[in-house]
Amino acid sequence: MDQSTAIETQSLVKDFKGFRAVDNVNLKVRRGSIHALIGPNGAGKTTCFNLITKFLQPTSGRIFLNGQDITRLAPASVARLGLVRSFQISATFPHLTLLENVRIALQRQLGTSFHFWRSETTLDQLNDRAMEILQDVGLAGSESLVAAELPYGRKRVLEIATTMALGPEVMLLDEPMAGMGREDIGRISQLIRRVAKSRTVLMVEHNLSVVADLSDTITVLARGRVIAEGPYASVSQNPLVIEAYMGTTDASSPALRGAHG
Amino acid sequence: MKNYDMPIFAVLIALLILAPMAIYPVFLMKVLCFALFALAFNLLIGYVGLLSFGHAMFFGFSAYISAYTVKVWGWPTEIGIIAGTAVAALLGLVAGSLAIRRQGIYFAMVTLALAQMVFFFCLQAPFTGGEDGIQAVPRRPLLGFIDITSDLNFYYVVLAIFAAGFLIIYRAIHSPFGQVLKAIRENEARAISLGYHVDQYKLLAFVLSATLTGLAGSTKAIVFQLASLTDVAWQMSGEAVLMTLVGGMGTVFGPIVGAAIIITMQNYLAGFGEWVLVIQGVIFVITVLLFRRGVVGEIAALATRLTRRSEP
Repeated sequence: MDQSTAIETQSLVKDFKGFRAVDNVNLKVRRGSIHALIGPNGAGKTTCFNLITKFLQPTSGRIFLNGQDITRLAPASVARLGLVRSFQISATFPHLTLLENVRIALQRQLGTSFHFWRSETTLDQLNDRAMEILQDVGLAGSESLVAAELPYGRKRVLEIATTMALGPEVMLLDEPMAGMGREDIGRISQLIRRVAKSRTVLMVEHNLSVVADLSDTITVLARGRVIAEGPYASVSQNPLVIEAYMGTTDASSPALRGAHG
Repeated sequence: MKNYDMPIFAVLIALLILAPMAIYPVFLMKVLCFALFALAFNLLIGYVGLLSFGHAMFFGFSAYISAYTVKVWGWPTEIGIIAGTAVAALLGLVAGSLAIRRQGIYFAMVTLALAQMVFFFCLQAPFTGGEDGIQAVPRRPLLGFIDITSDLNFYYVVLAIFAAGFLIIYRAIHSPFGQVLKAIRENEARAISLGYHVDQYKLLAFVLSATLTGLAGSTKAIVFQLASLTDVAWQMSGEAVLMTLVGGMGTVFGPIVGAAIIITMQNYLAGFGEWVLVIQGVIFVITVLLFRRGVVGEIAALATRLTRRSEP
């Protein structure tokens, strides 16, 4: 397999009781790129995500990470290989402090996570590294707050910080901008662009201006199938894509942008 | 916030050392055994979010093992208690491997079903003495020289066992392992996505909980010199739930307070006969409706509110 591909799916299919949510999807995510998965509601984007991260088992087809077949692995094992995901609803540990949230990600590398006889102060050696990461995303100063006290946008930032703590090679972001204000969107876009410098990012996102702005490649899904792929400029002119979004081919692409921007 | 757990624990132990001067030691031993039982149960519900409705199988079966090995095989007391605890650990490993695959109500039902199987095994197996149970278990000198036939002497042994059990649980909660457990309780999917095989963590927590429940059960068999079907019946699992909820689920001291309240009620209201159950039920309903965090949980919340107010 060619070295420039980080994630590849081959003829990926997922059936839910007779309903085909993902239909023969062949996806290739180039290493080091930001790749967006877009499509109308119910197109199968999140299902694709869940399949790739193994939170769902595919009905048929195969999934490769760096050329290694991960189709049969457990989700935690996939994470250990360096493919780490975020969730549509912000996924923090609400009653742990920000520092503890990031530390949970760092702690696995110590290899003491089953040591129930050891004091938790042995985890303090990770505090400096955790603080560095929080500083990096602009959350320093709030480290002793519990995550539940953060405003929504900052929870997403914390989530990305926690994911970064694992130093994953590939990050899958499920609608990172969902429910965010304009200011937060700007901040998170910058953050994604920055973390993507050294890794591959695959994201599902509804905000098309963000997609246009960030991604190198866009794959458009509709009814579980890939209907178009390429850079934003070509995808947004594609009549199939316009039809999927607008229900008609008459609409011009600015309207497409306006509807979701 | 400052952590006062250890000073409180020291005061508690000091009070318990003096307690036999005012309170009947057998009653105190009963409270301590049930407090340890509830503490072990709370490790699962309070820190992993798993509601087991079958902990009687560990409590009761370990009681049978320690009673049988000490009485029939003539094993020394301490070895009998260790044997009961070890068997509970093994049973916990088997039951846990089956139960942790399910969540919520299904987890509770699987544990209940397994506990019922253990109950019927104990009812049918010849070594348990059927309806009579195993009675008149001797209290042989501990380690060969500590006389425990006197209730007062044995009380201090039980207090030591209780303190050790408490410290093991406390350490487990405040360990790297405990930190992962809290993460699993808070957001299991996220913990998986960070690379934690959560089933393994849940299983270890389940085995720890079963083992310490076994320690409580085996000790209880020596205290009352009796192991019976009552210990392994589903109502016993209910007691652990009741004590933990009344005292405060997910709090460090809640299960101890809960056990003290429930056992006190059972003992001092015994004159009301069957009405004790009704009174228990009413207290349970009041707790769930008005003090959802339990006695200790409400006090802790109040303390937090007061310290926050006093800060500028």
